[in-house]
Amino acid sequence: MTPIQGQGVRRHILHQSKRANVGHIGSALSVADILATLYGGVLAGKPGEPDRDRFVMSKGHAALALYAALHMAGYLTQKELDTYSTDGSHLGVHPHHGLTGVDFSTGSLGQGLAMGAGAALAARLQKSRRRVFVLLSDAECNEGSVWEAAMFAAHHKLGNLVAIVDVNRQQALGYTADVIALDPLEDRWRAFGWDVHTVDGHDQRAIATTIAALSAKLPHVLIAHTTFGKGVSFMESQIRWHYLPMNDEQYALALGEIGD
Amino acid sequence: MVLLTADLGFMALEPFSDAFPERFFNVGVAEQNMVGLATGLAEAGMVPFVYSIAPFASLRPYEFIRNGPILHNLPVRVVGVGGGMEYGPNGVSHYALEDVAVMRVQPNMTVVVPADHLQARQAVLATAEVPGPIYFRLGKDDATLVPGLDGAFELGRIQRIREGRDAAIVAMGPIAVDALGAAELLAAQGVDCAVAVVSSVNPPPTEDLAALISDRRLVVTVEVHYANGGLGSMVAEVVAERGLGARLLRQCVRTMPDDVVGSQSYMQRLFGLSADQLAGAVVQELAAR
Repeated sequence: MTPIQGQGVRRHILHQSKRANVGHIGSALSVADILATLYGGVLAGKPGEPDRDRFVMSKGHAALALYAALHMAGYLTQKELDTYSTDGSHLGVHPHHGLTGVDFSTGSLGQGLAMGAGAALAARLQKSRRRVFVLLSDAECNEGSVWEAAMFAAHHKLGNLVAIVDVNRQQALGYTADVIALDPLEDRWRAFGWDVHTVDGHDQRAIATTIAALSAKLPHVLIAHTTFGKGVSFMESQIRWHYLPMNDEQYALALGEIGD
Repeated sequence: MVLLTADLGFMALEPFSDAFPERFFNVGVAEQNMVGLATGLAEAGMVPFVYSIAPFASLRPYEFIRNGPILHNLPVRVVGVGGGMEYGPNGVSHYALEDVAVMRVQPNMTVVVPADHLQARQAVLATAEVPGPIYFRLGKDDATLVPGLDGAFELGRIQRIREGRDAAIVAMGPIAVDALGAAELLAAQGVDCAVAVVSSVNPPPTEDLAALISDRRLVVTVEVHYANGGLGSMVAEVVAERGLGARLLRQCVRTMPDDVVGSQSYMQRLFGLSADQLAGAVVQELAAR
């Protein structure tokens, strides 16, 4: 598998969101390095193979980052990527399972971890060694169903399930600390019976190393600390970039910061 | 096949859980999670049955059902037990009076409402190969049988259990027993009614219903369900879309039963759904024209 660089994912995110004139840029930028790591060497197997690792993009609103990673992994052509959010495209703002490389449709927060736990249970019942990765947002943990799934996975010791929580500390209308406080998030997952690891969500080497070292016979969660809008200084930690598209000037500035 | 329950099914699920303990999961009191799990299991090729009391199986996890098995077109079987007001004294929280409506509106969702346990058995067998999701609204009672039904079931078809020229009575679920009872009371008064059971709600038995209704002046629907969206609505669609001349009388639950509780039969009587009340309604309707 060819390594993928998070900066490459970011360039596609900026380019496509500018072309399509849609938002959710900050959320996509915050998971660019996580997805680059997963699709650049962690996820085993190819789309369509029954024993491939499964991936659930539970924070479906950052699907553009997923499309960029799928493209860089060779599962999505540039031509397909260029249809993002256009009439008749399979690449919506939220991902659809009809697209090669997308196992589960998402978009409604709080549903991905339950599906992922089911997929992990299926792997166990089918005596497969495949793993299941679920990427959640931190604010998604407001949803009670996340914790229903967390309890189930811990009770059944689903060691083949890996959740990654993108802790960018922002949600649609404010900072998580002001809306629904989540701290101490690590302790909460630990109290629910999970094997908890804290990582820098922009350090691809650290993410890969942590995943490679997972060994506990418990479901695993990486609390990935990230910066919303990472890589574009005027977007970083700015609530408005949850929704806003870029104008020409902002796009030029952003591209300049990401570099080639 | 795997069976998931949200911590219900005492004295019901043991034959399966004893025989196949490795394929039985009590997921706890967590219906949303149960449906999410089933979606993940089904994506891997399994056929999960998820079980709870009808409102908890259908309404609590509704969006999970929509975005999971329906959107992915996966063979998850959602089993709601005790549809209508079968949980009588337990009150409104335990009634399912809109479950058929909300399931029926979803594309790709097969909706099956067996009238008795023999038909339920046949319905499960007959739909085993359906690639998408199914909602089964089951009755609790495994003693009552609808005379003349003999466990018949076919997707997209009705079962005619009595012939008669004056009116057609169409029933959904175990209340078919009372619908048939009404027809017998009416026969004693010289009113000759056909009775049909609709258990395949989606796909709707459009052709069979049109054939049944087309040469009769009155069709009466009988269901323990709200007026909007259930059997009565479905028959109204057939009557209107086919331009049939019959008048439609919908016998159903018209208001939320939030005032008093009582046994299933008491509650059904409150809404005019006992055999004698149904017969009286038909006589009144026929006399009115």
